[in-house]
Amino acid sequence: MAILEISELTHFFGGLRAVYDLNMTLEGGELMGLIGPNGAGKTTVFNLVSGFYRPSEGDVKFCGKSIAGLRPHQVTALGIARTFQNIRLWNSLSVFDNLCVSQHHQLGYGFLKSVLRTRSFHSSERKVRKTAEEIIDLLGIRHYALELPKNLPYGLQRRVEIGRALCLRPKLLMLDEPAAGMNPGEVDQLIKLIRWIRDEFKLTIWLIEHHMRVVMNVCDRMKVIEFGEEIAEGTPSEIQQNRRVIQAYLGEEEPVHAHGM
Amino acid sequence: MRRNIPLLGYVILCALTIVLAKADILDLYVQMILMFIGISIILATSLNLVNGYMGEFSVGHAGFMAVGAYITSVLNVMLFTNSSIFGPPLLSPSSAIIFFPLTLLAGGIGAALAGLLVAIPSFRTRGDYLAIITLAVNYIVKSSIENMQVIGGARGFSGMSSVINSMKEVVDLPWTLIWILIATGATVWILQRFVSSIYGKGIIALRDDEIAAEIMSVNTQRMKVVAFMLSSGLAGIAGGLFAHVLGYINPGTFTIMKSTEVLVMVYLGGMGSLSGSVLSAIGLTIALEAFRPLQVYKWVIVPLLLILLMLFRPEGLMGQRELTDVFPRLRRWLGLKPKLSE
Ligand SMILES: Nc1ncnc2c1ncn2[C@@H]1O[C@H](COP(=O)(O)OP(=O)(O)O)[C@@H](O)[C@H]1O
Ligand SMILES: [Mg+2]
Repeated sequence: MAILEISELTHFFGGLRAVYDLNMTLEGGELMGLIGPNGAGKTTVFNLVSGFYRPSEGDVKFCGKSIAGLRPHQVTALGIARTFQNIRLWNSLSVFDNLCVSQHHQLGYGFLKSVLRTRSFHSSERKVRKTAEEIIDLLGIRHYALELPKNLPYGLQRRVEIGRALCLRPKLLMLDEPAAGMNPGEVDQLIKLIRWIRDEFKLTIWLIEHHMRVVMNVCDRMKVIEFGEEIAEGTPSEIQQNRRVIQAYLGEEEPVHAHGM
Repeated sequence: MRRNIPLLGYVILCALTIVLAKADILDLYVQMILMFIGISIILATSLNLVNGYMGEFSVGHAGFMAVGAYITSVLNVMLFTNSSIFGPPLLSPSSAIIFFPLTLLAGGIGAALAGLLVAIPSFRTRGDYLAIITLAVNYIVKSSIENMQVIGGARGFSGMSSVINSMKEVVDLPWTLIWILIATGATVWILQRFVSSIYGKGIIALRDDEIAAEIMSVNTQRMKVVAFMLSSGLAGIAGGLFAHVLGYINPGTFTIMKSTEVLVMVYLGGMGSLSGSVLSAIGLTIALEAFRPLQVYKWVIVPLLLILLMLFRPEGLMGQRELTDVFPRLRRWLGLKPKLSE
């Protein structure tokens, strides 16, 4: 069954056409790639799906229901989690608290209970902590659980950010350039981690990536965009041979990282 | 139930204070300073929720204090005293002893609703712009009261002493002191529990990265409403108590000067540190009392203190740490749980 359906998605920033008439479907359990040169509009597509921007035109359906126009926390609560191109961890909360706070929608208590500390408060906090600890152990970051994220090396921060997204128990996980800034050793670990996450958590992963090694190794299928428009779609080997793609993208030198999210 | 050592300690301390006050060992002057300390603690910790934990810059805390002060005072004078404005009391003056906490709470609720004046704009704007809105709200409150002749306008409002006196006639205890001690303890208790819950940590996430918070499932608009209303509501309660310590209030009591005083306490103690705010509220209140002979120069010294602080220790005395972080052993003595099960 299709988990995510994007139809005729278009977005303008003032006069700039960042995404244009994008159509795509993600099947459940799939590992999908989204690639394209810098400024192609990849992050904008993620931001549109997350609800951070409201699309100028078009629709996004998640599990058959339209999510365009929902606020980001509502989209997340439905089961879409993501990471950011520039790591966006909460730097004054410990790694452990980062993983707890990202389950905010599952807390099931509000201000009054947080003060009165009723039984349901304790049971729901316990549940949240347990999830966080499970993820911490699965990702092998228990040693850093009480550290502040900003004190960790880059690769670990990315891992924590993936952990934070996993705490949401998403059906769809969107990773925005998870290998950006990593050294080759860290990239190898990341490739293993992404595959393992897909199998362990049985979720759908949608990946934006510049590192060809990552894309070619982990994606089942990928979509290539340029100037906000689709230029190709197919399996890694098909994409590698696509002339337009080679022209637009693969021929480029090692890309510089765009600003933005 | 787990033994709650901090709570127990505070209750014993309060009981002792009240006994000493009743026995006149603590004279009225010392009692008054204690009361001002309590009010300062409520104001500083509640402002810290917004300026420290949530990272907004509210400069109008005194406005919410004024709302609470006037609501509580007007209700009390109307209900329990024979006043020139409202005529004979609506209820028996002796019932003030029961209703006082309720009118205090009504002031808090009124102030919390006034907090919406800042909370709703905060959905769309933050930082400097929101600071200007808090300043505007402070002025709106002050000017509105100045123009309400029914409650004295710029001349001010009094009659609260007779409310306290009628409470004393029923049971002769230092009632204002008692309620300030209770409210101070309750404020710190509520805020501590709120900010240490996973729910409350949502506002810290919001400060660190609002976009990430919203995308990672925190309902940021709701958290802002909760934080602003809680903060201003507590300021309102502090205002109600303040009015009953002074026995007379006027709009000029609740200007940007008063807000600044509270700001200094928050920044002196450390943004995002409740124990820091408590310590600096105590210290600064005593210091200001010591500066009293200097009269208006107080208003040279307080802002000067702020400038020096921003230059030499911008993170405040405690930074974002709590006493229990500075002295880890405190955790064990106070019977607190470790942060993460091993
Ligand atoms: N918030 C924004 N306001 C205006 N322009 C933006 C904004 N975000 C991105 N853009 C522009 O939209 C285009 C697509 O950006 P982006 O989606 O970040 O590209 P990619 O992630 O593929 O590198 C770029 O030209 C970028 O400068
Ligand atoms: Mg990008």
